[in-house]
This record gives sequence, C-alpha cells and structure tokens, in this order.
Amino acid sequence: MQIYLPIADLPVNIFLVLAMGLTIGFISGMFGIGGGFLMTPLLIFIGISPAVAVASVTSHIAASTFTGAISYWRRRAIDLALALMLLAAGILGTAAGVWLFTVLRAIDQLDLVIGLSYVTLLTLVGALMINEGVQAELRARRGQPATLRRPGSHNWVHGLPLKMRFKRSKIYVSLIPVWGIGFVIGFIGAVLGIGGGFLLVPMLIYFLRVPTATVIGTSMVMTLVTMTAATVMHAATNHLVDAVLALILMVGGVIGAQFGAHTGQRMRAERLRLLLGLLVFAVGMRFAYDLVVMPDDLYSIRLVRDR
Amino acid sequence: MRQPGATLALTIAMIAGATASARAERLVVSLSNHRVAVTSNFVGTEIVLFGTVEPDSPRTALRGGYDIVTTVSGPTVTLRTRRKERVLGIWVNVDSREFIRVPSYLGVLSNRPIQQIADVTTARNLQLGLNHIILTQRIGTDFADTVTDDPFRLNFINLQKEAEQYRDVSNGVTFLTPTVFRVSIPLPANVPTGTYTVDVKLFSGGQMIARTNTALEVIKSGFEQYVFEASQNHGLIYGLVTATMALMIGWFATVVFKRD
Repeated sequence: MQIYLPIADLPVNIFLVLAMGLTIGFISGMFGIGGGFLMTPLLIFIGISPAVAVASVTSHIAASTFTGAISYWRRRAIDLALALMLLAAGILGTAAGVWLFTVLRAIDQLDLVIGLSYVTLLTLVGALMINEGVQAELRARRGQPATLRRPGSHNWVHGLPLKMRFKRSKIYVSLIPVWGIGFVIGFIGAVLGIGGGFLLVPMLIYFLRVPTATVIGTSMVMTLVTMTAATVMHAATNHLVDAVLALILMVGGVIGAQFGAHTGQRMRAERLRLLLGLLVFAVGMRFAYDLVVMPDDLYSIRLVRDR
Repeated sequence: MRQPGATLALTIAMIAGATASARAERLVVSLSNHRVAVTSNFVGTEIVLFGTVEPDSPRTALRGGYDIVTTVSGPTVTLRTRRKERVLGIWVNVDSREFIRVPSYLGVLSNRPIQQIADVTTARNLQLGLNHIILTQRIGTDFADTVTDDPFRLNFINLQKEAEQYRDVSNGVTFLTPTVFRVSIPLPANVPTGTYTVDVKLFSGGQMIARTNTALEVIKSGFEQYVFEASQNHGLIYGLVTATMALMIGWFATVVFKRD
C-alpha cells in the first residue's frame, strides 16, 4: 500500500517503512541505542533526501528513547543531575548543529558533510568496538573472566577544576568535560540525525567513569531531550520534518524495540558489542562506497524556491 | 460566448473573404478534469483533453492535415542544478547553476515529432518542445537562457525527465477523426501542486493557425495538504506537535508492553 509523504514529497510503501521501523527498533532495543545512525542512512537509501531524513529521524529517536528512559527511570538507573548538566550544553550544541545544517544546505554541501561524517564516525567507532569485542571473545575462549573496564586510577580529565559530585553515579568530576561532551553530542545529533547514544555511552564511561548502572539511562535522557529539541528546531527553521514518515517509523520502532530488548537480554554483553561494532562499521563502509564510487549522474537538482 | 464569438468571426471572415478565400479554424477543447487531488494513496493519474477543429463560419473550408502540440506547464519554481567532480578521491558538488522560475512540470504532447510539425525557427519562436522552451538561468549576474546543448541545461532536462516531471511525448495526441483529437496528459505520483496551464496549438503546413488554452489545478487534498501547510506556515507549532506525538507514542509503548 502506497502512502504519500507530504514533506518528503514522494509516495512510499507503508509496509516497507513500517518494516524498517520494526527492524531498526529491534536492533535499537537489543543494543540499547536509539538507532538513528542506522535509520537515517536507510531512509536515504530508499530515496528520501538526506535533509528530510535527518530532520524526521530526530522525532523517531525521541519516541524510542522516551520508552527506554521511562523504564530506566522506574529502575532508578538515571543520574538526573548528570543528565541536566549534559543537557545544558547539549541544547546549545543542538542549536549550533541546526544552524550549521541550514548553512550547509544553502551552499549545497550538506549531503557531502553528512556522508563524510558518517564514514569517519562510523568506521572509527565500529573498528574500536570490533577490536574490543574480538579481544573479549578471545578472553572468553581462553576461559578468563571478562575484565571490568573501570580501573580506579584517575586520568587527566579528573585534574580539571570546577568539580561537582554526582550522587547517583557516585562520581566527582569537573563540569568542563561534562559540558564538552554534552555540546558535541547535541551538535552531532542535529547535523547527522543520530541520537548519539553509541558515542555518548563510551564517552561517559571512558572520560567520566560513569558506572554501567546509570550510564545507559542517563544517556537516554540526554538523547531524548536533545532529539525532542532538534525536532522542534528543525521544524521551525528548515520545515523538513515529515510527521507522516516519522509516525510510521515510530510505531514500527517502539514495537520492534520491545522484541529487541528481549533478545538482547539473552546475549552476552561482549558479543552484543562485537555485533554492534560490525553493524556500525558496515554502515560506515556503505557511505564510503557512495562517496568514492563515481555516481550514476554527476548532476543533481535541488529546489531553491517554490515560485 | 459562442454567439458573439461566431458573429465576430463571421464579420472578420466576411471582410477577409472579400479578397482571399476564407480559411480560418478555431479550436474547441475540454479537459476531463480541472482539478486533481493528491491524496495519501495517489500514484499518478492521466488527464484527458478532448478537442475539435472547427471552421470559423459554416461556409469556410477546412484545409486538413492538422497537427496539434499541447504544452502543459506546472507552477514555476527556482531549481539549482549541481555538478559533481572528483576532489581528493571523493565526489563533491563543485559547480551549480540556478534555473529561475522554470516550470516544475512540463509536458509537451504532440501527434508526431515536433521537427516534423514545424521548422526550427517556428519551433524556437513558439517555444515548441523541451529543446526550445526558455529556461532562464542565473549566470553570474545575468539572467538568460543558454544554447540548447549547454551541459547544465541538457542535464537539467534529463534529470527532470528521469523524475518524470518533464516529458516530450510525440504520440501523446491522437486524432480520432481528421478534426477531433484526444490528448492524454500524464501526471506522475510526485506531481507538484499548483495551477497548470494547458496551451494547445494547431498547425497546418508548418504554420500555427489557431491556439487556445485552458488550466487545471493540482491540489494536495485532505490530510496531506493540512500537514504540508502546517509544516511550512507554522513550523514551530508543527514541531511541537510532532515532538509531542513522539513522546505520546513512546509513553504509549511502555503502557502497552509492561515489561517492568
């Protein structure tokens, strides 16, 4: 059944989009991520313009992270103080991201920047995750227990001033890296249409030593608020959020996430990370392929004005 | 309208007929549908235009051997065509041209190829076919159309053809009798909304002898229209509503699937 998307301005098969929502939702539930970095490319591959895809996916991520955030809230696995500090800078980052998005679009380089950023970000993060996953897998083969990556020693981050105590996470860190991370995630999220969970979680663990008990819940709150803000800002400035597309994706996404979470709970954490790494890396390579291989048509058209 | 028109034509025919033999035709056309509604399940449609060639007055003779060229133009838009080049191994947009106020949809339908209907000069003067239509470009500070084999122009037309927005259909007009014809106007699924002008030109012996026009309207209807207008005119409210919808669905999922 075809349905016409009013903003993307093209008809799509409603079941195809629903299936995409279900699949990405399944994956996001399984790995505890928003899934934006998979959804945005997938929408681009089915013919939706990168600009509309990025803008619409933000609302899809808002829906799926809200579901997650509620369940983490009930389990008291959210460090609200930390989330608020991240958000203070995150909102600024989002606004800067939406601004850059508008500028890049005006000078015809948005698609290129989206493509390049995906390649760099995804292949890098993917490779790191694969490396770590393989090592964990090898350790498990040798019968050694998985080491907890949380050494007690302090790194340079802990030497910075302006320290604050976060009770729920049981950490005492400087606000400078907290704001830095918040800004970067908000910024990347708005430009690339990704929630940034797959970047935020490792950053919180490695730089701030946030314990595993609160890291995913806190990351979800952060993603939820930045993506909700990005939806509103993209709609207000670029008028590119396709609510019909977003609605279908959300419905598929939240259903898929339930089944994904169920499957994820039955798998070992190290193996999950390896699989996620492979997935992230593959998406990155797909973008690299598009940038390097000569396009079918060197010319392309973009609407400037509706008159 | 018919009566005064006929009287006027008769007068002209009488004046002209005094010296030359009266040979004047007029076109009477009618569209099957003046309004196309783009709904959620719209997959494109076809509008049919029926027309007949009539003598201006009962006594005038028809010369026969008619050709019809119908040009359907959608609302104008400004589009930018960009060209990619390889820079440091990757493909980057390096150059662009803006096409100012060009038709968003352009269908040229005729009963046989344009070059067989009229010579190049006539075709150019009357903007017959995609090769001769004027497409204004911004070149630096100038606004002008370029030669027909300009690469930007050619690629612009090709891309628009691929997107099914521009088309040359040399068998789009069918003569049912020597004077009655039918034109099928294809409108693709992604047809732009707005007012379309339908310009019908009648040719005989390589010269245009009559011309008429009509219009049709493509509108997004119902829900799609509402959503589209809201997104363009009330961006902030639209964004807030979309964000609220996202949160509602997210919350609804936790209610439906109580896992905790």
